[in-house]
Amino acid sequence: MVKYIIRRLGIALIVLFGITVIDYWIMSLAGNPIEIMAGGPRVNEAMLAQKAANLGLDRPVYIQYFYWLREVLRGNFGTSYKSYESVSSMILSHLGPTLVLMGTALLLSTAVAVTAGIYSAVHEHERGDYLVQTLAFFGQSVPGFFLALLLIWLFAVKLGALPMGGMRELGSAGSGVQGRYLVMPVLVLAFEMAGRNIRYIRSAMLEILNREYLRTAEAKGIGPFRVIWKHGLRNALVPIITVLAMEIPGLFGGAVVVEQVFSWPGLGLMTMNAVLQRDYPVIMAVCLLSASVVLLTNLVTDILYAAADPAVRFSQNASV
Amino acid sequence: MNESYLGSVLRRFRYHKRGLVSFWVLAVIAALALLAPWIAPYDPTAITPDFSAPPSLRHLLGTDEIGRDMLSRLLYGARMSLFVGFMSTAIATVIGTVLGLLAGYFGGALDGVLMRFTDMVMSFPYILLILVAATIFQPGMWNIILILGLVDWPGVARLVRGSVMELRNADYVHGSEIAGMSRRYILFSDILPNVTAPILVFATSVMAISILDESALSFLGMGIQPPTASLGNMLNGAQSLTILTDKPWLWLPPGILIITLVVCVNFIGDALRDAIDPTTVR
Repeated sequence: MVKYIIRRLGIALIVLFGITVIDYWIMSLAGNPIEIMAGGPRVNEAMLAQKAANLGLDRPVYIQYFYWLREVLRGNFGTSYKSYESVSSMILSHLGPTLVLMGTALLLSTAVAVTAGIYSAVHEHERGDYLVQTLAFFGQSVPGFFLALLLIWLFAVKLGALPMGGMRELGSAGSGVQGRYLVMPVLVLAFEMAGRNIRYIRSAMLEILNREYLRTAEAKGIGPFRVIWKHGLRNALVPIITVLAMEIPGLFGGAVVVEQVFSWPGLGLMTMNAVLQRDYPVIMAVCLLSASVVLLTNLVTDILYAAADPAVRFSQNASV
Repeated sequence: MNESYLGSVLRRFRYHKRGLVSFWVLAVIAALALLAPWIAPYDPTAITPDFSAPPSLRHLLGTDEIGRDMLSRLLYGARMSLFVGFMSTAIATVIGTVLGLLAGYFGGALDGVLMRFTDMVMSFPYILLILVAATIFQPGMWNIILILGLVDWPGVARLVRGSVMELRNADYVHGSEIAGMSRRYILFSDILPNVTAPILVFATSVMAISILDESALSFLGMGIQPPTASLGNMLNGAQSLTILTDKPWLWLPPGILIITLVVCVNFIGDALRDAIDPTTVR
């Protein structure tokens, strides 16, 4: 097991290294950031050259990359080209709101998807099953930003029940998130995620329901509730882990759009601004951060698989 | 894949009522979109004297803030969404299929390298890559198509690789090998036809995702640029409160059209999956 984890960790590091190389290369194609930073009539060539030399931007791209990598390994992600703030403090201050938003949405959507997926599987081909499946289809098919607009129109404009955006009342004390502000962004994200996952959990559960051991459990007469929620759900753990893990990479993407529409001051909004202003150190750091999260999730998922399913544990060498 | 197989797939597809209805809805929308230059009442970028006019006989779906006919823009927008969705799906499917075939059939070191590369592309925060690429390479139709195509292929590659690994141990593949058939023959005549069906099903979901992504990008202002109409950038204006509350004809139709397109594509994929897999009995 330890050997397995070490091997996976090694592969993840290689992948991460590759990602930073691709990232840096794409950024370098965009042209010299000096020209973007300077802008303005009173800047002359000599000043630009001086500034470029200060930042190490006068060297070949691969040298710049190694400088960047060396600093990152020391824990220094550089400073923003725009605000001159250190990138790590920028990320730290925007991380909280995004984690709150995503954590709530992930919990809600998983709870809904597991319940609805199991309900749908148990009542296969009944009216309720079709209703759940149709709703799931819409969750998959409605663009998040459109749902967000509809919700704003309904709850904020027509009913005036919820705030249109932001994360707390302006000028209010404290720095936390206020619940009322969380409702709409979470609904939009959770609807999308649950839509994607219900069908997956349904089909996984259907497969489990037809297995011999569940028939045996049923035949023993322990009642449908215990059959499904104890014997069935335990075996459905692997697909549920898969579903959770599949959502993590997508979370960030969802955050960009939803945070933009609801002006939620999180990582997504920060990244969107950095992209618009071509603030490369910030973009590089965000890419690195989100890729690390994704790779870490994959790793943890594989370990959890092994823990949840003994069959995986013993055939681990067969699959990488 | 002979005629009777195709026939049986079509027969089973027709049992799937939702799939069949979706197919026809999509066909009608696609036909209207294709014919847009001939049937659109106005030029989609032409400015008429009516600003922000609600739907009327002159402008069936009203006009936008600078007086462009919404129905015409909607037709051209649908044309754009379908084209971008179709082309990027085609690119992703071709890349994914080729890489998947190579990785699955040859295995070994090539497989290792290709799969690590697939991991890299998959671990990339998807929308972030698209956003960065869109700013760097100037947003525009062909760039959006290329970007979406270049990030959507890993799923296809994994699917094809998995199926190929299963098939390459099939008796008829061993048979061809023993008979001394060339690798190219085995890859393209023995293996590829048998993975076509799952690829096709997967491609429908890629197309649905591409249409959604294009609309989200254009909505954010990073996709198709105005004045060219796209369903996503038509919704961009709805971020302003006056449009959202007072001019529903500006944002409801493009939103509903996007949902319709994506629902139809997903339903068709679903029906296709059932039709191709004879084990799912209905």
